[in-house]
Amino acid sequence: MAHGPQPGFKRWLFTTNHKDIGTMYLWFSFAMFLLGGCMALVIRAELFEPGLQIVRPEFFNQMTTMHGLIMVFGAVMPAFVGLANWMIPMMIGAPDMALPRMNNWSFWILPFAFAMLVSTLFMQGGAPNFGWTFYAPLSTEYAPPSVTFFIFSIHIMGASSIMGSINIIATILNMRAPGMTLMKMPLFVWTWLITAYLLIAVMPVLAGVVTMMLMDIHFGTSFFSAAGGGDPVLFQHVFWFFGHPEVYIMILPAFGIVSAIIPTFARKPLFGYSSMVYATASIAFLSFIVWAHHMFTVGMPVAGELFFMYATMLIAVPTGVKVFNWISTMFRGSMTFETPMLFAVAFVILFTIGGFSGLMLAIAPADFQYHDTYFVVAHFHYVLVPGAIFSITAGVYYWLPKWTGHMYNETMGKVHFWLAFIGLNVTFFPMHFVGLAGMPRRIPDYALQFADFNQIASMGAFLFGAAQLVFLFNVVRTVQGGRKATDEVWDHPQGLEWTVPSPAPYHTFSTPPAVR
Amino acid sequence: MLRGFNPLFALLAASVLTGPAIAEDKGRWGTNMTRGVTEVAHTTYDLHMLIFWICVAIGVVVFGVMFYSMWRHRKSKGYKAAQFHESTAVELVWTIVPTIILVLMAIPATKTLYHIYDTKEADLDIMITGYQWKWKYDYLGSDVSFFSNLATPAAQIDNQLPKDDHYLREVDEPLVVPVNKKIRFLITANDVIHAWWVPELAVKKDAIPGFINEAWTRIEEPGIYRGQCAELCGKDHGFMPVVVKAVPEAEYTAWLGERAAAAAKASELAKKTFTFDELYSQGEQVYNKICAACHQPNGQGVPGTFPAMAGSKIATGPIDAHVEIVVHGSKKNPAMQAFGEQLSEVDLAAVITYERNAFGNDMGDSIQPVDILNFKNKQ
Repeated sequence: MAHGPQPGFKRWLFTTNHKDIGTMYLWFSFAMFLLGGCMALVIRAELFEPGLQIVRPEFFNQMTTMHGLIMVFGAVMPAFVGLANWMIPMMIGAPDMALPRMNNWSFWILPFAFAMLVSTLFMQGGAPNFGWTFYAPLSTEYAPPSVTFFIFSIHIMGASSIMGSINIIATILNMRAPGMTLMKMPLFVWTWLITAYLLIAVMPVLAGVVTMMLMDIHFGTSFFSAAGGGDPVLFQHVFWFFGHPEVYIMILPAFGIVSAIIPTFARKPLFGYSSMVYATASIAFLSFIVWAHHMFTVGMPVAGELFFMYATMLIAVPTGVKVFNWISTMFRGSMTFETPMLFAVAFVILFTIGGFSGLMLAIAPADFQYHDTYFVVAHFHYVLVPGAIFSITAGVYYWLPKWTGHMYNETMGKVHFWLAFIGLNVTFFPMHFVGLAGMPRRIPDYALQFADFNQIASMGAFLFGAAQLVFLFNVVRTVQGGRKATDEVWDHPQGLEWTVPSPAPYHTFSTPPAVR
Repeated sequence: MLRGFNPLFALLAASVLTGPAIAEDKGRWGTNMTRGVTEVAHTTYDLHMLIFWICVAIGVVVFGVMFYSMWRHRKSKGYKAAQFHESTAVELVWTIVPTIILVLMAIPATKTLYHIYDTKEADLDIMITGYQWKWKYDYLGSDVSFFSNLATPAAQIDNQLPKDDHYLREVDEPLVVPVNKKIRFLITANDVIHAWWVPELAVKKDAIPGFINEAWTRIEEPGIYRGQCAELCGKDHGFMPVVVKAVPEAEYTAWLGERAAAAAKASELAKKTFTFDELYSQGEQVYNKICAACHQPNGQGVPGTFPAMAGSKIATGPIDAHVEIVVHGSKKNPAMQAFGEQLSEVDLAAVITYERNAFGNDMGDSIQPVDILNFKNKQ
């Protein structure tokens, strides 16, 4: 009945096993993380000092665009899907995902999408150069010919995400072990359930907006061309109607991971479980009615500005509830600081700092000064790097012993953490300063008054990049061998995944476990 | 009130007192938003600092509890974990208290926003049009209209010359405006979306093709205020600065008169006949200022993106087609703009003459401004 994997490459090509697919998603996402990271380093190297040294402006714009697209769609989203694949069935006591063949397909179209996207770098006219937000008409009438490949690759990524989400929803709603009621599910499962609904709601909107671009470029329509009776601002509304929920898609699963890790290392149950669920749902709802805060300077009527300002400020409430709950979980716990906990604690601190700058950005009149400056770059990197990247890293260290059966090297994990933590802050904190002092984002060269902080940021970026190689080395060593992990791995962690052996057998929960 | 606590402000004040050299030096370590030179800029700055200090206060409390807990509640110190895990009362408190703080923030923000949106009753209207990659200023109600281009030489950008103090923030012709007058800006764009931004005026507004956005300012102190395009607009997005020169009203009126006279003189010049050498040397200047950004100073273009001028079918073909594409732009490639309205007849004739004879094109022909004028009138 239970059988092992096929030998050779067929195991990976034809697999329908949630663990194999999860592993492929995670390795793919790490490869994309390194690729997108190298592009970031090209950007930081060029910005090390004023003047053009390394790349020309046209290539610089391709780097900023590709860095954003690859990190968002290639690194963060697949990593969360990979974690979902590995962990959701094990957390709810299911034998596999509900739709295993679709699972295989939703992974395997991704490498093709990104191969196509990356191949645009070698095309005549270069890769997309209009920023990851690809505002029309820069991305339509004025775009390089490779934009069509970009559109197609976005379509494929969207299809992959939608299939992945359907799979996750079907799994969570249908395959929970008896007794695993909704309000008993681990928060990682809850946050992913909500994230999956967000994805299904907004990925078609993204597909719609790139299709409208395709029509404008090749089939003579004028959705976004004022000369043809269209509206360039319409593009931004449609894009950000996707884009803002997308931001939460990249953070809600992170909330789930951190909500699993902090109780384990505080040796204390998560504080306010049900309020965490409600806060996540509120954030998801609010994410649909705040999109135009990305567009405060487009010239909306004052009533529009006010609505989006108030709605955006409201997000601080459920987000605050989450932060307070994590801290209350830590409070009067019995804490130890292994690598996953270090990353989780850094997540809470730095994500909160990103939240503060987010609140500042929500204030529309002040946003007129912040908008499109490095202050915004600092803000969203503080939310995304400690938010998404640190939580994924924390999750990998937390569950790696369960996946491989070996303990990772704790010293190396701590070295990785401190290098990454220092590198991140040295890179992104000075960006607040240059942004407030007046440096716009997406420029390859800058006025002299921004030189010193840019130099510091560039040095931090290379440190952060180097830290990831320690991570890679540590993970590879752990996969190859190392101290045997126990089934529980940590000190009495909660959750069904810790009731199966380490490494987790190829098939888990072929018969449903008993849930108290 | 809060401003008094701000060490950055004290530093700024000190640097103003101790002279421009040190002010420039401090500028390299600038960490905060400018207080600006308009009432709106001051209000925006105060609002920014208010929210900032509220965030700092919340941060001190939240991180204080967190660090205390991380210090005290460690297993290594033998601390035994409590097992509490919910409290509806506490959840309600930390839902309601932040909501109240947010309402308190929203009140001044709303007031400021209404003030910024009040574009009524301006003393002066200026139309601002974003082009790839320069700004055009039209003083409505007068004949004065000009383009403002980056003045930093390419050699400084390419590190062949030392960079001057206002590197990338200097233009050939600044926007000149009077102080203590309410100036309304009507902002639009010709090609892609740009954003006109001067931090000291606290004006940032998107310039969108086909739309006209409004903004306003009333500058309190004469001076030169520098900003730049804030919305990614293509290759030279980082190279389209905004420079505003605010002068006393009398000086402004005199300047406007001079500019109007110069405009009249330029249209006179269009009827004059120029020698080949005059056209060629002026054309070289125009080419380097306007055309070289894409077609490159050596006329080689950027393969795959911007066509080469050297040996091009247009520059070495019939002159009518050459005039057509320069004056009306390319129908196939919007990056090649219509320069008919952007350049004077003299500049158009000069640059076309230059392009047909530079980079080894050696056509030997030239065109007079009056021919350009006739070409334009024929349409």
